[in-house]
Amino acid sequence: MRRVAKDTKARVTLTLNGKKTTGEAESRTLLTDFLRHEIGMTGTHVGCEHGVCGCCTVLIDGVAARACLTLAQAADGRSVETVESLTGLDGKLNPLQEALRDHHALQCGFCTPGILMSFTDFLKRVPDPTVEQVKDVLGGHICRCTGYQGLIDAMMDGAKRLRS
Amino acid sequence: MTDTLDPRVARPKHIGARIPRTEDARLLTGRGRFVDDREPGGLLHVAFRRSDHAHATIRAVDTSAARDIPGVVAVLTADDLEGGLVPLSAQSRMKGYYATPLLALAKGKVRYAGEPVAAVIATSRYLAEDAAALITIDLDLLAPLVDPEAAARSGAVLLHEVAGTNVIVSREFRRGEVEVRMAQATVRVGGRFRIRRKTPCAMENRAYLAEYDEGRDELVIQSASNIPGISRNAIAEALQMPGSRVRVTAPDVGGSFGGKGSVYPEELLVAFAARRLGRPVKWASDRKEDLLSTSNGFDEIIDAEMGFDAEGRILALAADVIGDIGAYSIYPWTAGLEPVQVVSFLPGPYRIDTYRGSVRAVATCKPPMGPYRGVGRPVSTFVTERLIDMAARKLGVDPRDLRRQNLVSDAEQPYKAASGIVWDKSDFIGCLHAACDRIDYDALREKQREIRARGGSFGIGIASYAELTGIGSRISVAPGMPINTGTETAKISIDATGGITAAFGIASHGQGLETTLAQIVADKLGAAFADIRVIHGDSAAVPNATGTYASRSLVLAGGAATLASETLRTKLLSVAAHLLETSADDLIAADGRITIAGTDRSVSFKDLARAVYLEMGRLPPELRDELSASGTYDPVFGTTSAATHIATVSIDTETCEVKIERYVVAEDCGRLVNPMIVDGQVYGGVAQGIGAALTEEVVYSEDGQILSATLADYVIPSTAEVPRMEVVHIETEAPTLGGYRGMGEGGTIGAPAAIANAVADALSPLGIEIHELPLTPERLFRLIREGQLNPAAKAS
Repeated sequence: MRRVAKDTKARVTLTLNGKKTTGEAESRTLLTDFLRHEIGMTGTHVGCEHGVCGCCTVLIDGVAARACLTLAQAADGRSVETVESLTGLDGKLNPLQEALRDHHALQCGFCTPGILMSFTDFLKRVPDPTVEQVKDVLGGHICRCTGYQGLIDAMMDGAKRLRS
Repeated sequence: MTDTLDPRVARPKHIGARIPRTEDARLLTGRGRFVDDREPGGLLHVAFRRSDHAHATIRAVDTSAARDIPGVVAVLTADDLEGGLVPLSAQSRMKGYYATPLLALAKGKVRYAGEPVAAVIATSRYLAEDAAALITIDLDLLAPLVDPEAAARSGAVLLHEVAGTNVIVSREFRRGEVEVRMAQATVRVGGRFRIRRKTPCAMENRAYLAEYDEGRDELVIQSASNIPGISRNAIAEALQMPGSRVRVTAPDVGGSFGGKGSVYPEELLVAFAARRLGRPVKWASDRKEDLLSTSNGFDEIIDAEMGFDAEGRILALAADVIGDIGAYSIYPWTAGLEPVQVVSFLPGPYRIDTYRGSVRAVATCKPPMGPYRGVGRPVSTFVTERLIDMAARKLGVDPRDLRRQNLVSDAEQPYKAASGIVWDKSDFIGCLHAACDRIDYDALREKQREIRARGGSFGIGIASYAELTGIGSRISVAPGMPINTGTETAKISIDATGGITAAFGIASHGQGLETTLAQIVADKLGAAFADIRVIHGDSAAVPNATGTYASRSLVLAGGAATLASETLRTKLLSVAAHLLETSADDLIAADGRITIAGTDRSVSFKDLARAVYLEMGRLPPELRDELSASGTYDPVFGTTSAATHIATVSIDTETCEVKIERYVVAEDCGRLVNPMIVDGQVYGGVAQGIGAALTEEVVYSEDGQILSATLADYVIPSTAEVPRMEVVHIETEAPTLGGYRGMGEGGTIGAPAAIANAVADALSPLGIEIHELPLTPERLFRLIREGQLNPAAKAS
């Protein structure tokens, strides 16, 4: 692992949403702060900074991870995908995003990006999940608005849309 | 309803439809814009040095080491604010009330652990935090005030010496001779009830960003707030600026539930600092700061008793309430907001003509008590509904039937409750029946008998309540508060391109008001839904933009939207009549087009706007007035919303896990504008009520240190705790314009009571009563253990 001296900054280069991206980070800079404030990609949200709420979930090398518990330096040379990767240039929602809209699975929308990234990873691995499996993955996220009902329905329906 | 009979308005297409939300596309794609997403050039960041101690006199604050850190631009303490930031206080006409000062930084004393003492302003948040850690605060420690009962006793150390007492509000409601009636009662039930302290805990933490234009002396604050208009007034007053030079906007806001519904020290500090330094200044709370400093909710001790005659009629209700209001009287709502609401609503939707409710709001070393979804009513409903169930058991009647007997009927409304609240045109009994029908209540009781026969633990809990929503100018949101929150203005205009802008004073932060208000405008104006842009969350949108709180927005803004749309439609029709050479009476406006009824001759809003603004000579001068209209709506008294919740639970007496198996809500919120959004509000509200009932508890140690300072300790319900819910809507005609009732808070009001009753019902074979929430596994373990060891209770 690379060493970065205290109070100095070092270059971090990663593949962000498929594009090679470079920025500066201290050894202590969190990946959330790096993405949001150094790169200016603000779709990834910060809800608790201790890994409980799941708002900051991104994919690192294709696997869902808490960006608030990841140091920016640890992401050097790796692939990171954020919520911004889910939508093409045409701005059209992908099937999972559409399912969330149709099932009223978001209200304030703050926890939504993290939940979308968790399920982007999960549904790739488990394309035809049971309700219990969906609830289990959703258990890694806190949504204060919806009571989860719309989210569970949206994930079941979204999985179906992705399969077809 | 009369408003749909107007022949010039097409049948409502949008009101009542499950239209997907306008807000969603940006929020699903990471394109929402929350306050902390914004990074203007030259931005400075604030980190606060907060008090580590609950109660102390400040001897000195040493900021020298912090100032020496490169990148630190300023370090502010209370002395630096002197003369530049006028202290505010939440005023009230309540007798004997003490209005504590609202200070941006502690002065002379600290009154809770987490109170801001100094602010470091630096070029990055990391640096600001480094520097804040170097500030030393020299304190003389004072005895912490944690227990509100002890703090209320004479001789207790005082939090605000000037007040002369820690009891900063006391009130009493009294109707009839409670003692006499109680003595006549055949059955009396009562006890000491308690709901432990909550925190609203929106997923987005509070955040404020202030930008100052020195040349124009203009200050713009972006605030994660649901009351940008109230903040504007407060900041203008504190900085002694006219409101026209201060603008507060709330962009996308990640939930509030009341926690972003007050004016905070950090918001004032950010505004002050931006103006003092002439640079943009931002503070974004982290979660620990949120749990340390955002206003808390529901924390009362209630000694209550209810008396019944032999036939089950309620004879009297008496209650003494102590509210733990924390260290300061919340601005602008006052410390009376939460605890006084408890005594106002204790009689509930029941026929109770004899009542005494007294309340004392007591200052302690905790963050201020503020609005939290439901305000007071989750607590009052918990107590009243527990008393009803306890009485049903003693009287040997079914709890449903006891409610049926005592609920105020339609024929008795308007009914003035013993605390002075008037219930009107709301179907309390219909809600009870609808909930019982949906859950098949009689079959459930049968199922319960079978489960009990097998030794299982299964309970059914009912909770009925009523609330006042959409209150108008004749009712104060908080007792004696000299602010009118009872009117709302809509300003709707059509520009030269045919684009429609509808501006409101509300501030949607998850409720989907961009969608629902556009639905109302689309129908009432005859516009195309997609052409309507809704502006909200902006103090400059309309002259008196207060915000969204107290289940007011759809009722008030919906009414205002209707009035403004109707005025504007009349204008459009007269222009169209001229262009189409017909009478306005023959015209129908729908989907952005005005058509001569029964023909295919029409003109679009776009063409009409061109005729008015751009094309000379198509219209006579008197028809060239701008295409805009304002409407101000005041529901005067507001409207009643009511519901019955029924929960069924099974309890594992070994692990003390409470599993909610079914959850039904039957509610009367008047006409539904978007049933999908209404359901979502109910689901989310109930989930928060489940948290209040089972998991959520702000815990303070004896020395006033918070022990629930992470989301691993303050447990918000997850998919494991929240069941699938069923909602039945009863659309009784409401007296408000459009027939809407407020419904954003109700879910949280009914759930704690329904779950408490279900758990008590499940454990009734053990003789256990539930008096305290949340029912954490530990609390339940103690109760069950007590019940198992106490056969006397079992026998009774």
